[in-house]
Amino acid sequence: MRISPTKFISLLFLVLSVFYLYTAYNIQVFAFDENAPFNARTFPIYLGWAGIILSSLKIILPEKVTTEVNHKHLDYKSIIYLIIISLIYAAVILKIGYFISTSLFLFASYYFLGERRWGLMFILSFPFVAAFMYLLHGLLNIYLRDPFLKYIGVMG
Amino acid sequence: MIEGILIGLSTALSLTNILMVMVGCFAGTIIGMLPGLGPMTAIALMIPITYGFDPSTGLILMAGVYYGAVFGGSTSSILLNAPGIPGTVATAFDGYPMAQQGKAGKALAIAAYSSFAGGTISAIFLLVAAPSLSKVSLAFRSPDYFALMILGLTAISAFSSKGQFLKAMMMVVLGLMLATVGQDSLSDITRFTFNNMNLTDGISFVLIVMATFAMSEALTIIFRGKDPNRAAKQISLTELGSIKVNKEETIKMAKTIPRSSILGFLIGVLPGAGATIASFLAYGMERNYVNEEEKQKFGKGSVHGLSAPETANNAACSGSFVPLLTLGIPGSGTTAVMLGALLGFGIQPGPRLYQTNPEIFWSVIMSMYIGMVVLLILNLPLIPYIARILAVPRNYLIPLILFFSVTGIYLMSFNNFDIFLMIGIAVVATFLRLYDFPMPPLILAFVLGGLMEETLRRSLLISDGSPNFLWDRPITLIILLITITIVGWQIFSTFRKKS
Repeated sequence: MRISPTKFISLLFLVLSVFYLYTAYNIQVFAFDENAPFNARTFPIYLGWAGIILSSLKIILPEKVTTEVNHKHLDYKSIIYLIIISLIYAAVILKIGYFISTSLFLFASYYFLGERRWGLMFILSFPFVAAFMYLLHGLLNIYLRDPFLKYIGVMG
Repeated sequence: MIEGILIGLSTALSLTNILMVMVGCFAGTIIGMLPGLGPMTAIALMIPITYGFDPSTGLILMAGVYYGAVFGGSTSSILLNAPGIPGTVATAFDGYPMAQQGKAGKALAIAAYSSFAGGTISAIFLLVAAPSLSKVSLAFRSPDYFALMILGLTAISAFSSKGQFLKAMMMVVLGLMLATVGQDSLSDITRFTFNNMNLTDGISFVLIVMATFAMSEALTIIFRGKDPNRAAKQISLTELGSIKVNKEETIKMAKTIPRSSILGFLIGVLPGAGATIASFLAYGMERNYVNEEEKQKFGKGSVHGLSAPETANNAACSGSFVPLLTLGIPGSGTTAVMLGALLGFGIQPGPRLYQTNPEIFWSVIMSMYIGMVVLLILNLPLIPYIARILAVPRNYLIPLILFFSVTGIYLMSFNNFDIFLMIGIAVVATFLRLYDFPMPPLILAFVLGGLMEETLRRSLLISDGSPNFLWDRPITLIILLITITIVGWQIFSTFRKKS
């Protein structure tokens, strides 16, 4: 039996709702609140049941409008590269600072998306991030944490 | 009243104040265009600067920033499908498809005219009806608010789901589930944090909106890069188009603006309801008003679909000043920031302000209006230049959208957990969008989640746990019946399609 992607997503949502409901029933409330008409559990319990009912209906009822996606037209390679670069960016931003990590993230993203105009890639990464930081930090006075620039004395 | 208007005008039209409103509009537009930085942030940033000015000048600068940021937010919604604030999410439904068709300039012009008209009409309402309307909003109780929010969520599910109501309702539930993460507002009990300290304060709205709109949009463009239909759309992205609005489009706007202004203003007066619900409801209402042919264009670049939420969100912005100015209760996040600024100047808004210091009351209203006029005169001619953002090639645009998204989150928390969470949610959202699970209902549900739980809590406590609160009051019952009608209509439409 072939299950459609929409029904498969609905099935995942059903599992999520069951888990959510289970967690909702296990929320620790104060003893005096246990039998109150409303406590910290009430709303999540309603939501859990709503999720179960809606996803079950979606699974059970026949699909009148089907969403067809041609997987040959999907660019998995580029998106995986981009997600990996983003994850690396998120991992290093605190360690090497906003300026260097962001500039490198932009430069690498341009490269993996197929850009090879090195001069433009450089301008739209390092000087661009520097100008953006100046706008935020220098002109708008929005604090941008960057331990590296602080260490070399560029930022206060 | 005429005397009050003249006092307000004489203050607002001085050379310094006109300069301030121009600077404010420009700065607001720039800040508002950056995804994640909305009017609230923009006004908050201006508060320390305005302390050096007299109260009127400071308020005029903030009014310029406010409307500039709202305009900027609409711009990023239309051009990048990256709404910086929930109030402009509905703008993206038809504004973004219009931009993809090479009519970015026109979409921005329609948004600007609609915002101006909505703001103007509601400013007149504000002048005339402020005292009596505050009484109407006072008559609303928790059960009415709860029913109103249910109505808003049902309406958005019905109108944004392209016939797939159940999928949209699932997204509503998911949005509400995400809103319950973190500390319970009353008891401070942590829920769904799984002992992770980073989740104790809950998930921020900016993170959710960045992940499900900006970042997910960027990933979708890349993901569907090999799709020949999508590739054609990318080519059309580079066409900027004219900002001229033709006669037919003007007629369409002229029909939409009055009804959306009235709805937006009335919703804006209700504390908490604000621009978001107003824009979604106006979008839904407009779809019901237009004929079948126009209805088919909704979600694909409809003039009605763009004009309605833009008019309503601006009308609601003015409407939200009613409870602030007459009762001293902020009706939205932005007016809450404005309240902070007024208190900083030593001005206490409330019934006494309207009666004993009318000059302050009127100068605030006049400054809001002048801000809108300046915005229209200054920013509309700049639209062709602003719209050039679309001419940026995909290889550069996508990393820049990701960069703005990550920066928006980094600025808020300086914490990489939030960035990881955003990437995770964006990946899930990309797959959900691929199979037509709509994101706007999730966003609205997430924004309303906290308030919804709060009003449900009060309603159940008042009725001692009984569901009677849903039909005890006529207002609640009417709102509930409208909700049931919408659900019934969806079921009926499904059966009609089958037959």
